[in-house]
Amino acid sequence: MHKRLLLKAGALALTLAGLLAPAQAEDTLKIGLVLPMTGPFASTGKQIDAAVKLYLAQNGNTVAGRKVEVILKDDGGVADATRRLSQELVVNDKVVALAGYGLTPLAFATAPIATQSKTPMVVMAAATSSVTERSPYIVRTSFTLPQVTIGVAEWANKNKLKKFVTLVSDYGPGIDAEKTFKERVQLNGGQVVAELRVPVANPDFAPFLQRVRDAQPEALFVFVPSGVGSAFMKQFAERGFDKAGIRLIATGDLVDDDILNGMGDVALGVISSHHYSAAHPSAMNKKFVEAFGKANGGMRPNFFAVSGYDGMRVIMDGLKASKGAGGDALLAAMKGQVFESPRGQVLIDAQTRDIVQDVYVRKVERVGGQLWNVEFDVQKAVKDPGKTAK
Amino acid sequence: MTLVAGNLRSDARWRGWEIALAIALPASWWLLPGQALLASEIAILALFAVSLDLILGYAGIVSLGHAAFFGFGAYAAALFAKHVQPDPLLGLAVAVAATAVLGALCSLLILRGSDLTRLMVTLGVAALLYELANKLDELTGGADGLQGVAMGPLLGRFGFDLAGRTAYAYTLVVLVLAMALARRLVHSPFGVSLQALRDNRLRAASIGLSINSRLVAVYTVAAAMAGAAGALLAQTTGFASLDVLAFHRSADVLLVLVIGGTGYLYGGIFGALAFKLLQDLISSWTPQYWTFWLGLFLVVLVLVGRDRLIRPWTWWHRRP
Amino acid sequence: MLTLLFDGVAYGMLLFVLAVGLAVTLGLMNFINLAHGAFAMAGGYVTVLLMNRVGVPFLWCLPIAFVGVGALGALLERTLYRPMYAKPHLDQVLFSIGLVFMAVAAVDYFVGSQQQIVQLPAWLQGRFDLAAVGIGKYRLFIIVVCAALTVALQWVLARTRFGSRLRAAVDDARVASGLGLDVNRIFLLTFAVGSGLAGLGGALGAEVLGLDPSFPLKFMIYFLIVVAVGGTTTITGPLLAALLLGIADVAGKYYVPKLGAFIVYSLMIVILVWRPQGLLTRAGAQAGGR
Repeated sequence: MHKRLLLKAGALALTLAGLLAPAQAEDTLKIGLVLPMTGPFASTGKQIDAAVKLYLAQNGNTVAGRKVEVILKDDGGVADATRRLSQELVVNDKVVALAGYGLTPLAFATAPIATQSKTPMVVMAAATSSVTERSPYIVRTSFTLPQVTIGVAEWANKNKLKKFVTLVSDYGPGIDAEKTFKERVQLNGGQVVAELRVPVANPDFAPFLQRVRDAQPEALFVFVPSGVGSAFMKQFAERGFDKAGIRLIATGDLVDDDILNGMGDVALGVISSHHYSAAHPSAMNKKFVEAFGKANGGMRPNFFAVSGYDGMRVIMDGLKASKGAGGDALLAAMKGQVFESPRGQVLIDAQTRDIVQDVYVRKVERVGGQLWNVEFDVQKAVKDPGKTAK
Repeated sequence: MTLVAGNLRSDARWRGWEIALAIALPASWWLLPGQALLASEIAILALFAVSLDLILGYAGIVSLGHAAFFGFGAYAAALFAKHVQPDPLLGLAVAVAATAVLGALCSLLILRGSDLTRLMVTLGVAALLYELANKLDELTGGADGLQGVAMGPLLGRFGFDLAGRTAYAYTLVVLVLAMALARRLVHSPFGVSLQALRDNRLRAASIGLSINSRLVAVYTVAAAMAGAAGALLAQTTGFASLDVLAFHRSADVLLVLVIGGTGYLYGGIFGALAFKLLQDLISSWTPQYWTFWLGLFLVVLVLVGRDRLIRPWTWWHRRP
Repeated sequence: MLTLLFDGVAYGMLLFVLAVGLAVTLGLMNFINLAHGAFAMAGGYVTVLLMNRVGVPFLWCLPIAFVGVGALGALLERTLYRPMYAKPHLDQVLFSIGLVFMAVAAVDYFVGSQQQIVQLPAWLQGRFDLAAVGIGKYRLFIIVVCAALTVALQWVLARTRFGSRLRAAVDDARVASGLGLDVNRIFLLTFAVGSGLAGLGGALGAEVLGLDPSFPLKFMIYFLIVVAVGGTTTITGPLLAALLLGIADVAGKYYVPKLGAFIVYSLMIVILVWRPQGLLTRAGAQAGGR
């Protein structure tokens, strides 16, 4: 029995130790950053974390005369952990803003906390249209799937492709992408002969690609979450689809800059549409990519990184305008912000609190020995169609 | 009274440390107001782990799919609150009843086979439920989770507040009640017969104990308790997502129980405390690589031996 | 669809090579080694790093992965695993899960968490058609290599002296040791070979299954299914189970995509409830786990 008593005493002691957090300077403005740093979506968390750190390193961490501190928490991609960590950040650390949220369910789970505590919540990754509608305090700096899907759908229409098969991951963003693509091509007389949905966890594309082969479309539209792209590309190439005349068109998540260079020649010629390419030819982006690589051992920033970078800017500029106040004042200062981001010109819509940005159509090409998504067409100032349709 | 009844009664007496625990738990609600959220999560995990102890520590059934009942209870409570009535206590009762039925049904699958077979069957059932929840996405919200669950106030008066104090009080009360119930069960003739079953099934059968009915009974009770834990999670957080049914939840609870120790009913509580606090502490030092230190802790814990860990002076003694 | 059958067989053979080491160590040492997936991951990463950073050709990486991970397994067996044999099963589970956590985090730290990409040599890429069956060259390669391994394993087990010693030790370690067999050495060699096979499987599978730090956690369930359904006393049992699992998985996802993963788990439950000791058992053997 003694050992159990000792174990219990030890546990209580740990609890009390946890209480004795080091005293914080009252003046610091704290920002809670909740990201998946472990688990299957860790690469998202890493990119955003690196970008946030880069922004603070480049622009200083003081605003309105006070120091800004970013508290990073790992939720492992588990929704109730995200919610509890966000709640603790709001209640115990009294953060002035919440940020991060690597997946749609994580953002959904935390939305009521933002509303109840009147804390602005900057979503830097989740991409389902309805996220911003869950709470009036949510501001998004990432993108939505419908927003970036119309680019490639319009390209397909322009190139007179008529017969398609769609293959998407079976969750919110995937279903959004599938729906938007279908609507767009149908407007132009196109036809989607098969709509395939792949499970999000542990996807094995072999059986689905077999179905694609059977359907003999002119083009295959694909959406898979960032990171899964390489597995898909390998299987696509292995089946000789490119030689069978089936074109591969996708949203930019398939040719994510994080892993694009490692994919090899199979990725050449893939047409995708997205809001950010590391090859975007602006001076600001070149500086961004270079600084990011230098600070992170040669890592290339992807679209999550640019959301993190811009999200941090939205928060800092908002704090500057609200003079360090949080709550409704900070939210008001965030709405309607217009600025140049490494991706291009962006605007935070004052009505929907969602991001309005340019969507580029790009092709994978080899430039200077590395693979890049080279932009060749653009749609300016695209609002999320998932909302404007209402 | 007979010798047997006397033995049972002396076993069931409240020990000093049990009384201390029974006072410390409710006291923590007053003493640690700032930790209510973490403490609430620990209480739910503890309840879940104790329910696993009933089948693992007392009946010897190794289960890697206990999250099936946890998740089922969570979804049941969330769906009840969303579509029928937002009262938490009623929802808890409904979830417990529904999960008990599921437990009774599933128990029929684990009656035969070796440890490994039972491990895989329980894992398979949990995986099936996960896929089911994923497919029925009009009902469960699929991979995005079940939204729009607004819980009513507890007992009509105490709403679930942002600081989590109502939630903590709620989970604490349910935990204490469930422990009292489990304690009664374990120190009864039924509980003793379970231990006989665990230690030597053949012998237990040869003295006339009905193996299957006992297994069904304990599995149902354990499922109901796990369902209660899941319902508490859904109600205190206001939503349910697929990861209440995920494999890592079953694996985590097994880990927690083994850390705390099986077979004496309180292992779930101590394990949950140790595991969650350690995880929270380590991941605030290193949000990215905390799994490494946790893994190292586990390896050291097992190599050194759980009871020797708390007595550092024995670390360098050679075992005889 | 014969192409599907072909794909399923390839997937199944890969799973077999990955899981056979686990089946043997479980049957032999009665040790639940959940860290088996970590050895597979090690093999995959050794291959990827050697190919991408040092430029070693793919075919050389395979034996290097086998030997390297086997050596790692031997080292760990001697130092960490041996004290664990006498401990209760639950402690072994805890220990091996701890090892997996450490391995996953260590790989994440040193290599990063992105998916690793294997660039196959040109002669292994692409596919050709053989009488209406689409044959992927790499999958054919996998089937050939794994089939050769299976034949070799079966031959070692049935025809060599080491094989008969191993079978004796699996059936009853105490009696075998009483007869003068050096059970410790047998354990060491078997564990090393089992881990080496896992490493080889990881190297082969990096292309098909993907490779990232969460590999052990993702695929552990499949290995356990193969071992549980196949039984731990024969080699052909896990082979049959792996093939069944591979084909069911691929076919299920093609014909009934809405129920894809259902098929695998339901099939497993049905088989285990019908034959709790696994599909194929050897008469007179004590199956692992009571």
